[in-house]
Amino acid sequence: MKDDGEMAEEQKKKPCRFWIWALSSVFFRLILISFPGNLNLSSRPEVSTPLTSIRRLAEGYWLKQASMSPYAGSMYHGSPLLLSLLGPLTVQRINGQPSLLLCSLVFVIADILSAMLLRGIGQKLQMAYGLNARLLGLLKSSRDKGILRCGDISALVYLWNPFTIVSCVGLSTSPIENLAVILALYGAVTRRVPLAAFGLVMATHLSLYPATLTIPMIFLLGYGLDAPPIKLFLQTKSVENEDRSTSSVSKKAKFKQTTRVPFLWKTVVHFVFWVLLWSLYVLVLCGLSLSKYGGLEEMFKRTYGFILSIEDLSPNIGVFWYFFAEVFDFFRNFFLIVFHVNILFMLLPLAIRLKHRPCFLAFIYLTISSILKSYPSVGDSALYLSLWALFVNELVDMKFSFFLFCGYLGISLLSPVMHNLWIWRGTGNANFYFGNAIGYACFQIVFVVESVSAMLNHDRALKRCNSTNREVKN
Amino acid sequence: MARLILTWISLLILQSYLIPIAFGSKEVEEFSEALLLKPLPDRKVLAHFHFENRAPPSNSHGRHHHLFPKAISQLVQKFRVKEMELSFTQGRWNHEQWGGFDPLSSMNAKPVGVELWAVFDVPHSEVDTSWKNLTHALSGLFCASINFLESSTSYATPTWGFGPNSDKLRYGSLPREAVCTENLTPWLKLLPCRDKDGISALMNRPSVYRGFYHSQRLHLSTVESGQEGLASGIVLEQTLTVVLQPETLFVGTNIQPTWSINSLFGRKVVGRCVLAKSSNVYLQMEGLSGHESKNMDTEMEAHELWKNADFELSLKPDRILREINSFLFIFDIDISSDSEPFDLGLTWKLPVKWSCQQAPLHASRFLMGSGNERGAIAILLKATDSQDKLSGSDLTNGCCTLKANIFQIFPWYIKVYYHTLQIFVDQQEKTGMEVLKKINVSPSTDKMSSGMMEMMLELPCQVKSAAISIEYDKGFLHIDEYPPDANQGFDIPSALISFPDHHASLDFKEELSKSPLFSKLKEKSLVRSYTEVLLVPLTTPDFSMPYNVITITCTVFALYFGSLLNVLRRRIGEEERFLKSQGKKTGGLKKMLSRLVAKIRGRPIEEPSSSTESPEARSSVFSSKLFFKFILVAGAAAAWQYFSTDK
Repeated sequence: MKDDGEMAEEQKKKPCRFWIWALSSVFFRLILISFPGNLNLSSRPEVSTPLTSIRRLAEGYWLKQASMSPYAGSMYHGSPLLLSLLGPLTVQRINGQPSLLLCSLVFVIADILSAMLLRGIGQKLQMAYGLNARLLGLLKSSRDKGILRCGDISALVYLWNPFTIVSCVGLSTSPIENLAVILALYGAVTRRVPLAAFGLVMATHLSLYPATLTIPMIFLLGYGLDAPPIKLFLQTKSVENEDRSTSSVSKKAKFKQTTRVPFLWKTVVHFVFWVLLWSLYVLVLCGLSLSKYGGLEEMFKRTYGFILSIEDLSPNIGVFWYFFAEVFDFFRNFFLIVFHVNILFMLLPLAIRLKHRPCFLAFIYLTISSILKSYPSVGDSALYLSLWALFVNELVDMKFSFFLFCGYLGISLLSPVMHNLWIWRGTGNANFYFGNAIGYACFQIVFVVESVSAMLNHDRALKRCNSTNREVKN
Repeated sequence: MARLILTWISLLILQSYLIPIAFGSKEVEEFSEALLLKPLPDRKVLAHFHFENRAPPSNSHGRHHHLFPKAISQLVQKFRVKEMELSFTQGRWNHEQWGGFDPLSSMNAKPVGVELWAVFDVPHSEVDTSWKNLTHALSGLFCASINFLESSTSYATPTWGFGPNSDKLRYGSLPREAVCTENLTPWLKLLPCRDKDGISALMNRPSVYRGFYHSQRLHLSTVESGQEGLASGIVLEQTLTVVLQPETLFVGTNIQPTWSINSLFGRKVVGRCVLAKSSNVYLQMEGLSGHESKNMDTEMEAHELWKNADFELSLKPDRILREINSFLFIFDIDISSDSEPFDLGLTWKLPVKWSCQQAPLHASRFLMGSGNERGAIAILLKATDSQDKLSGSDLTNGCCTLKANIFQIFPWYIKVYYHTLQIFVDQQEKTGMEVLKKINVSPSTDKMSSGMMEMMLELPCQVKSAAISIEYDKGFLHIDEYPPDANQGFDIPSALISFPDHHASLDFKEELSKSPLFSKLKEKSLVRSYTEVLLVPLTTPDFSMPYNVITITCTVFALYFGSLLNVLRRRIGEEERFLKSQGKKTGGLKKMLSRLVAKIRGRPIEEPSSSTESPEARSSVFSSKLFFKFILVAGAAAAWQYFSTDK
């Protein structure tokens, strides 16, 4: 056990150490982007998908400059706003050579911002965790001794995750998509409704799947931050009422109880209003930038339509490409529906079961959609892994964590090897790479199932503690 | 028997003269045949058969034809074809040795396989439909898989990069189409004498297909009757260009091989096709600079030319024409008969070397990169030695420039990144609009349309080499889209390089009677050359295991769905016991409902007063549940039926 002096010193040290690690990760990125030619990461199928590839974005920009629709041909499938933002940077030349240095810098900045926002979310969650633990009487002192600083951990996991680094240096647009998602969550956690709505609208606009986040965000705004099930509070309250205890904590708890339990309809309506406003704004902007070409109809067809109909069968770390390259044509539509509905099917059960933990719910939704995405990349994995780090306090008892770590490591090492054997050397065949993708999908499934299971177990443990407390008090 | 045939033929000729008279017009259907022979510098011989068939416009002459093939005239009428060209080619035209700057090469050097282009005289919206119908009709007519050009992924709409400027033009090519006798026979059927008589009787299949290059072409053009001009109605031009290697007796000597028509084709010309208006054999001798330097003004000397120190012809030409650097010997085959067949022979006496006139730039195309993920296509234009001689280059702003148009079609599985286009002139990278004067691209859409690139380069005249490179990603196809020999790779059609400022024509000093082949040679034609066909290997999936992939993927999904739902549903310990005690008291649906309500409200489950519930009520609950299930299943079935029959 450490004494108080050491603890205080550590408290001071920790932010300092955090900044050192964060800065060093930025330097690491800067070093990597200064020699992009040797790495050639941007052409890896694990890093850039047809949706996030910077080469396709450059092609879209070229077509637009040549006064053609950026969606002419089937090259670009991203947002027109991203095209106006990043397009001019793709044609920059440094010393006469085309250089994507400025693009890389944008992605580095996006990564830093994401990490800072994650830190903010983490601090809020940490405070909420401490507060709830105290309310339930699990933590006696006001000092959060046992609570890990999940914000710092999450930010560092995001910054130092090889997947994030690879997708940042590999010039895929997923850092920007991730930033939008994290922005939405940050807005909801800090109850900045317009910001949350903006993040959600942008994230949905960029990659469609974050649309599922609407449910956790409504919960987050309606019910507040992650907390143990309300049942527990009610029980604690009743116990405390019986005890007629007058401690400050219980007063606060009573106050909290009365203000928390009702669903804040006003905020949610406010949120919906802002979502509509921002969507309108985004649509108008897109419409303006595409007015000379196919307009919004073409945009939806080429972005969302492309995501939903899985037209591009080039290999990636998901399982859909090979499935739809092999499946018989008359089954194609059926399986398209089945696979997309698989994401939607799980929304409701999860929402019912994890209603009291909206942030965790958002994390689970993001994980599921990154498993079942049409064109997944490691950038999506980077996002959910860092969100997972937000719940280190709750998920300490997660099973198979070492097994999963080894699995992720193994897959990320094997995937380039298998791809090389199949595509470049021609000594392997497609099954090698697909087997790898299947393995990755299985590991992710185990990961999401174990996370949910660990969270539910954590709630059960809280309940058990609570009931034993009650029994002791009685 | 022979007399019978003769009378029949004469009757036919009489009829063909009579009917137009009956219709009160002077225009008649005309057919002419010609053969052009040309020794090539690399000891080969080029034989170019040329048949032209003209029909007056059908609206003034009805639909009855005597010489003109009915199939073609119906094609023209039905699909309103304004101009069309179909070529079947095997082998590659050797631009360095066989020439690239004469009308023969610019018109008859075609890309490997089948090439078809057509201009229609229909409204814009119907052009594609007409094209599709035309491909099917031609496919049936020529026993070739031209119908593959029907799909929108295999044809393109050139705007200016390809020869004729028209927005109703469609162009498509099938590089892998094998050309054989089955394509030649229907082509010969269009001729009035087929291959029974006249020049076409020379087309002995083994000798024709033994050649290094053969290209069989059908060019069709319609001239509106309202327009003034020499030709009105439909003009059908059929050519067959063959490059043959004469068998040489003296191997190892520098003397060009001696040949005769009989040794080349294994047959002799026995009489002309009686239906033909004219029937000539031409021999073109190129690059005889030694003779040109001599002063040969007099008729006599010119006639002595066919027997000189270098070579000797076996027959005396009827006429000799002179061009800047070639001679044309003209033979009439009217006089030949069964007893005295026409067999032109050429005997070389001294080793003679000459070179053909070449296009300003020699074009070649190749692939760069390895692996099955991406690559680059490069087109290399190299200066030929004839470049400085050419006078056609355009002098603007005091600097001499050379224009070159590049027209290229990319199949959709070659996903070209147009922003990676790089142009190198003499190994120096040029950016922007320095040399690239005009560019028009239409990017390819996956499984929908092929991509097309047209660009106009303006190079300085002194250019030694120019290279264009463009990167592409290889597409990944569905297993059904691969051909049976998937690992052979896929062909990218030839690119077309044309020089808009240069026109090839043979400029004969003397005026000759209107022989169609002759007028074709005199006509100015655009200098163009096709590049090689490229073979791109694409990655293949494992064709043997669709079932495995389907089952394994579905298993993974089941794993996901099942295990996640199990985790959500699982309850342990006291919760379970509590629920069990609750479950004893209430019925299934009621219990579930109360649980759901409790979940939503966030309160512990209320004690329901269901103990007093009568068994009838419970049974009604069950029956309503059953009824509900039934409705649900029926609704799902109806919806499925509706959506499946909708397609």
